[in-house]
Amino acid sequence: MFESLSDRLGATLDGLRSQGRLSEEDIQKAMREIRLALLEADVNFGVVRDFVAKVRERAMGAEVMESLTPGQQVVKIVHEELTELMGSAGSGLSFANRPPTVVLMAGLQGAGKTTMCGKLARVLAKQKRSPAMVACDLQRPAAVQQLQTLGKSLQVPVYERGTDADPVEVAKWGVEQARAQGRDVVIIDTAGRLHIDEELMDQLVRVKQATKPHNVLLVLDSMTGQDAVNVAQAFAEAVDYDGVILTKLDGDARGGAALAVRAVTGKPIKYVSVGEKLDQLEPFHPDRLASRILGMGDVMSLIERAQEQISETEAREMEAKLRKSEFTLEDFLGQLRQVRKMTAGQGMAGLLGMLPGVGRQIKNLKVDERQIDRVEAIILSMTPSERRNPRLIDGSRRRRIAAGSGTNVQQVNQLLGQFKQMQRMMKQVGKGKMPQLPGLMRR
Amino acid sequence: MFRTADGEDAPEPEPEETGRGLFARLRDNLSRSRRAMAQQLAGVMFDPADTEVWERLEEALLLSDCGVPATVTVIERLEADADAGRLTTADELSARLQQIIAELMTPSDDPRIDITAHPAVLLVTGVNGTGKTTSIGKIAWHLREAGRTCVIGAADTFRAAAGEQLETWAQRAGADFVSSQSGGDPAAVAFDAVAAAESRDRDVVIVDTAGRLHTQGHLMDELRKIHRVIAGRIDGAPHEVLLTIDATTGQNGLQQARLFAEAVEVTGIVLTKLDGTAKGGIALAIAHELGIPVKLIGIGEGIEDLRPFDPADFARALFAGGE
Ligand SMILES: Nc1nc2c(ncn2[C@@H]2O[C@H](COP(=O)(O)OP(=O)(O)O)[C@@H](O)[C@H]2O)c(=O)[nH]1
Ligand SMILES: [Mg+2]
Repeated sequence: MFESLSDRLGATLDGLRSQGRLSEEDIQKAMREIRLALLEADVNFGVVRDFVAKVRERAMGAEVMESLTPGQQVVKIVHEELTELMGSAGSGLSFANRPPTVVLMAGLQGAGKTTMCGKLARVLAKQKRSPAMVACDLQRPAAVQQLQTLGKSLQVPVYERGTDADPVEVAKWGVEQARAQGRDVVIIDTAGRLHIDEELMDQLVRVKQATKPHNVLLVLDSMTGQDAVNVAQAFAEAVDYDGVILTKLDGDARGGAALAVRAVTGKPIKYVSVGEKLDQLEPFHPDRLASRILGMGDVMSLIERAQEQISETEAREMEAKLRKSEFTLEDFLGQLRQVRKMTAGQGMAGLLGMLPGVGRQIKNLKVDERQIDRVEAIILSMTPSERRNPRLIDGSRRRRIAAGSGTNVQQVNQLLGQFKQMQRMMKQVGKGKMPQLPGLMRR
Repeated sequence: MFRTADGEDAPEPEPEETGRGLFARLRDNLSRSRRAMAQQLAGVMFDPADTEVWERLEEALLLSDCGVPATVTVIERLEADADAGRLTTADELSARLQQIIAELMTPSDDPRIDITAHPAVLLVTGVNGTGKTTSIGKIAWHLREAGRTCVIGAADTFRAAAGEQLETWAQRAGADFVSSQSGGDPAAVAFDAVAAAESRDRDVVIVDTAGRLHTQGHLMDELRKIHRVIAGRIDGAPHEVLLTIDATTGQNGLQQARLFAEAVEVTGIVLTKLDGTAKGGIALAIAHELGIPVKLIGIGEGIEDLRPFDPADFARALFAGGE
């Protein structure tokens, strides 16, 4: 996996501090690290160049030069500038004075448009609106059926006229249909198209002209690389979309492509999609994406998700324990199970990706899902007193635990080592010293 | 495209070049980047001390999604040649650049799809929307063109209408189609498809799978299970595990390839959507870091839009000077 920018700059700059003031050369080195980190995150090459120039200027200022931790200061500057570049938090859809509000979806093949139609319809239905969907992807086999299936599961009507019709006509007819049936929002799914396919881009323009949408949304895969600039620009020129939806952010893509869209077109990011299930849609938060691009974890999302999953009293108990540094193997097991609950459907890596500094430490512990099973088996093979006081666990106990859990002594040793490390880390957190947290908690 | 039991290369259909033919289109699209690169290098006397040339090369590679490590390797090799006095003109530089890229992309093993077994089992996997189902339709069609019979198993039992999509492709390609009810067990479908091929004496089985992110542990386990079930039915199967990678993918593609390869032994990559402006440099990064070869490329949505991967063409398409 990538190293986080925070780690890299810490290593590059903080070490130099002992030599007194930072030199021009040190700053140069730091800028190189920033450049690498951004390129690895798929931020566009040109954007990186401009961005680094800007950060460089600020990094030469007093706030960095005189800081005790120049590395962290630079990270802070980068994070701030990145957040700024990312624009404001996602505003939702705009609604027409006279319904139906028309929403037109556009994007490359495989970006996730059809699923996104379902997600938007679901959000709208939750808001007590009455959405409908129109099936205008007549290109990909069974795209119409896919939308119909989604509509059925959401109890939202889908207007379709098979695949032999003209998509422009279907779109127009679909909007009329929505009006006639008193639906107040109508979402138009379209075929994925390459931004250089003139014929299909022209068709999209005609769909737009025929339906006069109040919202045109570009659906962009967060795994997109350097080509995102060309895509964003071409679609902007053709249909001047109002905003972007970033999909597949539940993986470990950094999502730097989004920056290109912002930088090149100035269009806002409205939503981010974090899973295949229809409820996995979230509003966009610029600071979170900035952290993610820098590999600093998505602290706020993690905290929010944790809050949903862990009851307040549980959280308070945990906090008290942390403060008293009474973190036992039983708690460890409890946490692992919690983690499993939180990651249900998206895997450890998804969760780990959201953790800052702490995430890195856990990453170093090499926890993965199969390992959770093993760890669980090992802890369950210990007696309650062993769980509370691992120091009791001598050689013969280790052999017993290994036999009982179907593992080997080495694996038991490994767990105990990891636990010790974790305990140390928790102590630090308990003392309010979140390790490796570059001022992010002050948001 | 296929390696067959009799050692003969299965016959390839002639690509059509009607109107705005595929190759014409592909060449068109790729020539943009080519032109950019060519303009930068064309004709000039190349001075190895001129940092700007190196910066431009680096820029071109990074803009093609080759990623930092692979880019560094390529540039270092070129620099070594330049230092040794082997590169003096821009043309030499450009030729050597292509040669290095082609070398990095050339696998040590046979790059064709192995269908020597009877039935040969191909398992196709990848992230959502990368082009698994479409590629399967194309492979099945090419198999039929090569005179082979084929069963397609619909083990994407998750996404809405995934089965219908695949069935349409199976019909177009004249392949048998095996599915279960939606929500069924994908490993069971894979098993049924293999069994069907055996009892009907078909040459090849292709198993489609649901799109999954490489970070979704439980879905990667499911993939392992599908693999295990196939392996349990036929010794040595699946004979190919193909991973689809979208050519527009950035550096995350490396992580995708790494984790899929950890879960099931990926034998090759299908690099899809090369008909856009994306250059698919991530495939170079994957070859460089993981050594997984690209076997096929997707160059459109039509059933014939699939080609064997050619490292030299790929390198040329990235950077070749002149038209
Ligand atoms: N332009 C282009 N589109 C492709 C190519 N391969 C697949 N697609 C499109 O990408 C989208 C997703 O493909 P699909 O096969 O459903 O992906 P899956 O989810 O991985 O099975 C569809 O709209 C396909 O038509 C290709 O080589 N070029
Ligand atoms: Mg599919």
